[in-house]
Amino acid sequence: MRQETLSEEALTRAAVSRFDFEQLAIVPVLAVVVAMILGGGVMLATGVTVPMIGQAYLALFDGSFGSLAAVSETLTAAAPVTLAALGIALGFRAGLFNIGAEGQMIVGGLAAVTAGFSFHGLPLVVHLPLALLAGMLAGAIWAAVPGWLKAATGAHEVITTIMLNLIAVQLTSFLLRNPPLQKPGRHDPISASVLPSAQLPKLLTWIDPGLRLNAGIIITVLMVILVYWLLFRTTLGFEFRASGLNPPAARYAGMRSGLIIVVVMAIAGALAGLAGANQVLGVLGRASPGFTGGAGFNAIAVALLGRSHPVGVLLAGILFGALDAGGRQMQVMAGVRIDLIAIIQSLIIVFVAAPLLMRAAFPWAFGFNARRQGGR
Amino acid sequence: MAVIETAGPVHIDQARRRQTLVIGWLLIALAVFVAVVFGAEAYGDATFRLALPGDMIALPNLVVPAAPYNYVVAALLAFFGARQFMRGAARRASLFLGIGLFLAVTTFLVWATAGKEFSLTGMLEATVVRAVPIALGGLVGTLSERVAVVNIGIEGMLLSGAFTGAIVGSLAGGWIGLVAAIIVGGLMGLALGALVITYRVDQIIAGVAINLFALGLTSYVTSQVLTVHHQLNNAPIFGAVDIPLLSRLPIVGRVLFQQNIFVYGAAIIIAAATYYLFHTRSGLRARAVGEHPEAADTLGINVYRVRYINVTVGGMVAGFAGAWFTLGSVGRFDINMTNGRGFIGLAAMIFGRWHPVGALMAALVFGFADSLQQKLAILQTPIPSEFLAMAPYIATIVLVAGLIGRARPPAADGKPYIKD
Repeated sequence: MRQETLSEEALTRAAVSRFDFEQLAIVPVLAVVVAMILGGGVMLATGVTVPMIGQAYLALFDGSFGSLAAVSETLTAAAPVTLAALGIALGFRAGLFNIGAEGQMIVGGLAAVTAGFSFHGLPLVVHLPLALLAGMLAGAIWAAVPGWLKAATGAHEVITTIMLNLIAVQLTSFLLRNPPLQKPGRHDPISASVLPSAQLPKLLTWIDPGLRLNAGIIITVLMVILVYWLLFRTTLGFEFRASGLNPPAARYAGMRSGLIIVVVMAIAGALAGLAGANQVLGVLGRASPGFTGGAGFNAIAVALLGRSHPVGVLLAGILFGALDAGGRQMQVMAGVRIDLIAIIQSLIIVFVAAPLLMRAAFPWAFGFNARRQGGR
Repeated sequence: MAVIETAGPVHIDQARRRQTLVIGWLLIALAVFVAVVFGAEAYGDATFRLALPGDMIALPNLVVPAAPYNYVVAALLAFFGARQFMRGAARRASLFLGIGLFLAVTTFLVWATAGKEFSLTGMLEATVVRAVPIALGGLVGTLSERVAVVNIGIEGMLLSGAFTGAIVGSLAGGWIGLVAAIIVGGLMGLALGALVITYRVDQIIAGVAINLFALGLTSYVTSQVLTVHHQLNNAPIFGAVDIPLLSRLPIVGRVLFQQNIFVYGAAIIIAAATYYLFHTRSGLRARAVGEHPEAADTLGINVYRVRYINVTVGGMVAGFAGAWFTLGSVGRFDINMTNGRGFIGLAAMIFGRWHPVGALMAALVFGFADSLQQKLAILQTPIPSEFLAMAPYIATIVLVAGLIGRARPPAADGKPYIKD
């Protein structure tokens, strides 16, 4: 009984078969559609007229994919959330629930910004990798702590990572108000600016200087490939997945579960740290409170929506980036506040995480598979 | 899990021995720290005002010679620490650690106040007020985790309670606003219950989603509607109600008996929850569901119904606690105004070892840290307030890791129950 629930839990969490069309396609698509419809309901309830709702969703689409500038914004917003989600997905695969991506992003961003303004006179090819590495290292350490605590003492990673998120927020507020991070001459919490030699180069300024897309998206795609390779093509990745699917079996097979936990968490933290670094080195050029924009929490949704598969995570990340970028357009064009996007995103999490709910609400959408498999 | 499987009596003894020694070293380190920092750097007397303007019986000020007091405490702490290395110390280890930490906090206060004046009663009053949402948040977690439903969504439930309280309170008055907040909180609890019990969503994911949803919805309505219609965000505030006779007592009267209904309500709710969980048949059943749902089911307890009821009632408590933010203090809703208080409630639950009174005690400590943070600015101490704000979180990690004592959740905590 116990084994059964354990493996079932692991199955629903992460390892959905690659060929399960229902889980991979129908549930996510339905989830997005239903969340958008309910978002319309929320707008209606707050006095937005029906034509305005149509206009809002048109603006949402226009601002995310309607033009080159829109696509640039979408991909810019997709990069950090995808990077952090890759780390969370890795954790899901290994049976770990890393809620701490937000905190890991924060410390990663702070480390990257510090490295970014501290070293004068370095060439870009040295300084930029240095700043990125600083971010990854800080994130990795911040995540390895709960990993080590879990491995050594059994402390649950959900509680420890929540606490580390909150500690990271306080740490930001302290560090940004004090030297050496605070921008000289300022009294509000804001960091010194990253030197040009540590900034992620803008990719599309040769077309239009206003396009913000930076090299972070290239790093993101590289990381998607790297995580795919790690998960499905290496022994280490096999051990990750085995530990997630059936921890006792993995242990009996001689895998060192404690070490695996720490390594998974450290890699996840490095990815989240990279996400934070991407934000400060590529988009903002400095750090201020809340510079992550909550991407660490949205990343949980992205990892779920992407079914913990690197490619799925990339697609889900682009969707969330599109919602962010389009949301800004929606606010400007249709006067609907961007906070609506947060509602839609949280509804997407609920629906993706509740296939049973979707099945109960939309039985017709699931008929195809049930018939083919001879009913359920 | 692995620890439980291999832990025989020998292991337990060893773990206990190690813990005793860790506490010993900790107390000695604390003694050194108090002597070097708070003893050597304190000049003059610390004056604590006990009376507030308008008191019936005006108590004189409490004057403490700063340096001598801190040195005495440091010596006492060193003695406590040394005691840990003697035989038989394990039994009282956590008691002495508690006393030691309390004394260390007093030395900090004395050091910070040295040569200045400081209203102790005012601070205790603020402590109680600030403990209310934390203690109730801890109770929300306790109620649902006792039936094995992990509730990460406390923060979101508080936020929706605060929001509902402000809007309905503005339209229909404070009492109706309070009732509406409780109902909406209950609905949030019911939603969490439906997701995790009926639709078997992962409990952590459901909690995260509830937090994001509540934050998103309240922020959206606030910026979309309330910024235009200010009259919707202008709720009456429940004032202080004096308890006859008791409110006249010095210090205690001010701190405990001249508060608003949220403080009294919290006390009643916590007492009722304790009675329910530990002294009634249904409380016993609820705990059985949290420890061993299969066994409870075999005995004819409806596991799903018990879980639904507890989680929903927990949500109602969260709604009441959320209303404190608006109807109990400022009368106005601001975006994300709960500001992590729900998560501190979660920490209080762990500290309180899944017991309502324990959560209350932890909440008082956290409330103290919270109000101390406000006063530090007044006292102009060199300690950044952020570090005090971090303290509860760090302490929670230490506790969860079992470095000093171990907090053990209900056995089935976080596991869905699937009836065959």
